[in-house]
Amino acid sequence: MSIKLDHVNYVYGQGTAYEIHALKDICLELRKGEFVGLIGHTGSGKSTLVQHLNGLVKATEGHIYFHGEDIYGAGYDMRRLRSKVGLVFQYPEHQLFEVDVLSDVCFGPKNQGLSREEAEKKAKEALTMVGLGEEFYYQSPFELSGGQKRRAAIAGVLAMEPEILVLDEPTAGLDPKGRDEILDQISLLHQEKKITIVLVSHSMEDVAKYAERIVVMNQGEVLFDDTPREVFCHYKELEQVGLAAPQVTYIMHALRERGFSVDEDATTIEEARDTILDALRSKEHN
Amino acid sequence: MIRDITLGQYYPADSILHKLDPRVKLSATLAFIAALFVAKGWPGYLAATVFLAMVIKLSKVPFSFMVRGLKAIVMILMITVVFNLFLTPGDRILVQIWKLRITDVGLRTAVFMAIRLIYLIVGSSVMTLTTTPNDLTDGLERLMGPLKKMRVPVHEVAMMMSIALRFIPILLEETDKIMKAQIARGADFENGNLMQKAKNLVPLLVPLFISAFRRANDLAMAMEARCYHGGEGRTKMKPLMYVKRDYAAYGAVVLFLAVMITLRIVL
Repeated sequence: MSIKLDHVNYVYGQGTAYEIHALKDICLELRKGEFVGLIGHTGSGKSTLVQHLNGLVKATEGHIYFHGEDIYGAGYDMRRLRSKVGLVFQYPEHQLFEVDVLSDVCFGPKNQGLSREEAEKKAKEALTMVGLGEEFYYQSPFELSGGQKRRAAIAGVLAMEPEILVLDEPTAGLDPKGRDEILDQISLLHQEKKITIVLVSHSMEDVAKYAERIVVMNQGEVLFDDTPREVFCHYKELEQVGLAAPQVTYIMHALRERGFSVDEDATTIEEARDTILDALRSKEHN
Repeated sequence: MIRDITLGQYYPADSILHKLDPRVKLSATLAFIAALFVAKGWPGYLAATVFLAMVIKLSKVPFSFMVRGLKAIVMILMITVVFNLFLTPGDRILVQIWKLRITDVGLRTAVFMAIRLIYLIVGSSVMTLTTTPNDLTDGLERLMGPLKKMRVPVHEVAMMMSIALRFIPILLEETDKIMKAQIARGADFENGNLMQKAKNLVPLLVPLFISAFRRANDLAMAMEARCYHGGEGRTKMKPLMYVKRDYAAYGAVVLFLAVMITLRIVL
């Protein structure tokens, strides 16, 4: 139960003056139930990569296997793949088009061939998951606030009940409160529904807090693929490719230099709090 | 997908032709087209061929890109050639099939007509391939400057043209993005009959229109915030200025025109 990318290459505008080698020999396996953070600088190929996962973009070279089946094989049902691998684009609120929120969220399930009643049932479940209550069902999606629009759009993908949910920068342009709400809800989905999550982001804090595994992309290549702790150990290399470790990492290193025996590998604020408290306590003992 | 469409067929390269002032290129293209109609016999066409070949060589654009524009006129070209070939009366009949006859004059006209059309397209392709759409509108605005006296809103037209040109790639990209997003939600843009296809476009067109209006609104606001008030007394960040090579290019074009006219008169 996984997606496997096997030596995937992708070239934009092959044979023209604008040729760009966007993905270089990517080998990657996404396992069931994982929460993967995909990070990289603008133009590192992360958006291109996620569009390969549901077959929207076809690799110039290489193969992608979903549950062991080659998605480029003859007669492979792309529509089924797309309902199993849900992809939420950047600024997903730009794809809203229906007269009310409920109908918009129904669009996906109805394309899967469900009846209006079944689709509405799925849509209502999805809207509950993203925290939009009944009072929003019959509002125009264009009258919602930015964060609510985004949640309605995410519900539109969730209503298709994907096994893997890929979110491309789901928090771009949101205020801190909206950002936390959305990320918490995604995390909850991961824990309760056991959906595999791929979170594309360039915010280290977001990724460090939620992801179990981090894939760092740079110039179309996978630079690191490991747990957040291991990846943030390379914070110097991350800086070289225009990224940065979470602020916590820097504080930990600075404290260590001043003689505090804190755990340098702490990546989230909670871990940092614990290790600082421990260090202070052991100091008092001495 | 949609990204593969190239609009305004600019081909980036580092050549003297790319650096020329757009006004020179516009006038040169006009002069070249005029010259093509001045030419009468082989010597004239030979001169035009030499001139065009030199320009293509200078432009550093692959020849295949020049010929690409010809695809669009293949049909017109065929019709022109066939009509000229069979329907021109002449002194000597070379071939006669039923009522259609090919005369020496007909053959001549057909061949020259074909060359003329092909050169016309290739010649203007050289201009569009070596000039960015924005430079082109800039050059047009300056060349049309005198029309302002006749109350033609030259600046406004040029501004609208460049905004429209600027927005084409943006809207294409947006279309591509929305299409992909809706396909990811199971939308189908390819199958079905005409009615279904039209209906299936709603999830694409509604967001696209909203986005176009939003962008237009943002742009208008940004222009107003920068005190934009039209063409009167407006200066440019990069005003078009003739340098040495532009005068040299004008010289070359005038020389070419002179040669063409002389050939016409002498021969």
